[in-house]
Amino acid sequence: MSNEIEAIKDPGLPAHVHRRADTDPKAAAKAERQVAILFLLSALGTLTLIGAYFFIPQDSFIFFPVLGDTNAHQLFLGLGMAASLFFIGMGAIHWAKTLMPDEEVIIQRHEFRSEDEDRADLIATAKAGAAAAGLGRRSLIKRSLGLSLGLVGLSPLILLRDLGPLPGDELTKTSWKAGTRLVTDPGDRPIRADDLEVGAVAQTLPQIGEGVHRKLSDIGKDAVLLIRLRPEEFNLDAERLSWTHEGIIAFSKICSHMGCAVALYEQQTKHLLCPCHQSTFDVTRAAKVIFGPSARPLPQLAITVDSEGYLIAKQPFSEPVGPSFWERSS
Amino acid sequence: MLALLSIGTTFSIAGAATKAPITAAERSALIKEGERIFLKGCSSCHGINLEGSAIAPALLGVGAASVDFQVATGRMPVADMSVQIARKEPVYNEKQVEALAAYVSSLALGPEVPGEEHLNYERDGSTAEGGELFRTNCAMCHNFAGQGGALTQGKYAPTVMGVQPRHIYEAMVTGPQSMPVFSDKTITPEEKLSIIKWIKAAEAEPQLGGASLGRVGPVTEGLLVWTLGLGLLVGVAVWLAMKAR
Repeated sequence: MSNEIEAIKDPGLPAHVHRRADTDPKAAAKAERQVAILFLLSALGTLTLIGAYFFIPQDSFIFFPVLGDTNAHQLFLGLGMAASLFFIGMGAIHWAKTLMPDEEVIIQRHEFRSEDEDRADLIATAKAGAAAAGLGRRSLIKRSLGLSLGLVGLSPLILLRDLGPLPGDELTKTSWKAGTRLVTDPGDRPIRADDLEVGAVAQTLPQIGEGVHRKLSDIGKDAVLLIRLRPEEFNLDAERLSWTHEGIIAFSKICSHMGCAVALYEQQTKHLLCPCHQSTFDVTRAAKVIFGPSARPLPQLAITVDSEGYLIAKQPFSEPVGPSFWERSS
Repeated sequence: MLALLSIGTTFSIAGAATKAPITAAERSALIKEGERIFLKGCSSCHGINLEGSAIAPALLGVGAASVDFQVATGRMPVADMSVQIARKEPVYNEKQVEALAAYVSSLALGPEVPGEEHLNYERDGSTAEGGELFRTNCAMCHNFAGQGGALTQGKYAPTVMGVQPRHIYEAMVTGPQSMPVFSDKTITPEEKLSIIKWIKAAEAEPQLGGASLGRVGPVTEGLLVWTLGLGLLVGVAVWLAMKAR
């Protein structure tokens, strides 16, 4: 039968090939020299490190191709240590691969269960130890030990409390209140409407009392960007237009997508761009999202001026600032 | 050494020359010269009365600072009308730029070219304050190390490294192209000087680790580690697994 296929035979293990160093004493001597050279290179690396530490001034810079101007002290410390560790490893591996025993050895597995005699011995020892410790007799120790071990087991559970408390209304409110002055960030100077010319922007925060520490977690919610346009450039409904003042419009700087600071303002296109995920907002249309992953416009802060002419918030933010969260209503 | 000395003295003489107040006659001669350059080099786009056109903005009220920034950094006259007008070798020399600026600001006032008292960052200003101001106001577009960054539709914020203090100041005051204006009331002239001081300090900062990889943070650093670093590890692993002969 010509189309019958012969079963493939088990080829078995290939014959063991001896290394050149196993059979040729010259090759073995050569391998030994190579290993020694690698170890000597490692020693040289350590000497480089020591030399660099003591003899290269810390503020000396040298030009090194690819890297450019580099601190020589640091560079040679690093190179020395790298060489000393790398060549030890390389020498050891080369030694193992060329000279150390190369025979394949088979070790049979033995049973995992211990001998009956050893097992009986262990139980007897444990029982004798327990009797000597007197756990059965000294119930006070037994109970107090039980109490302490039990309480130790409880402590990790107590730490779970740190997962809370729930933020409450922290996510929905900011420091802005009706009448809060807008101040420069940094500098904390109040801003007049005529301080901004058309095309200008200003980074602002709510005014706080003299000497009061501004918490980072507050800045993360309160940051507001002021932009001045020509009033006729706005394309807003009557309510949103009443939230602006002489062409000055104020938006939360916290992106409604993931909370990055949105402050890349392109003066010519009137677009605000978030640097993290390229959400783009149209300032003339109340920060409408025109590109990117953000789901809703940046919250607008209603502003006006007080009797002294300084810009103030007309009312708190009408919606929570920043990214979405579970309990958010809109 | 001699060359250095001569450069130094030339600069100090030139500096002294610009500082001296110019007479009314000199000023009107400068304006005349500026008008001549403007009509020849700029009016075809910006109009003979600075009124602008479909492809170029009106220049009334832009001020000497804006003219100095645009022309002395080589952005104007433009080489090509692409998405963004890039910095290049200036076409006009310092004297011609001064004349142009004098002419444009003579027709309608605008921000002036900042004087030496606003630019002496070696003497005045605070690097720490400048850094804080830069991170709040500039870093989102120009990168936290001043290396520049991308905007929308192919536009970009250029690097602020290697820019003359005068031009940094003028950019903040006039808001060229996509950049908004940073008014003197919200960022005072002293604060602007601190920003310049910080930029110059960042420029002079030595690279302790050698290659800066563009100073843009995790992107290039990650790329290097993932390609060169991992490649090296793979190479070593292959060598380890190779059978010795």
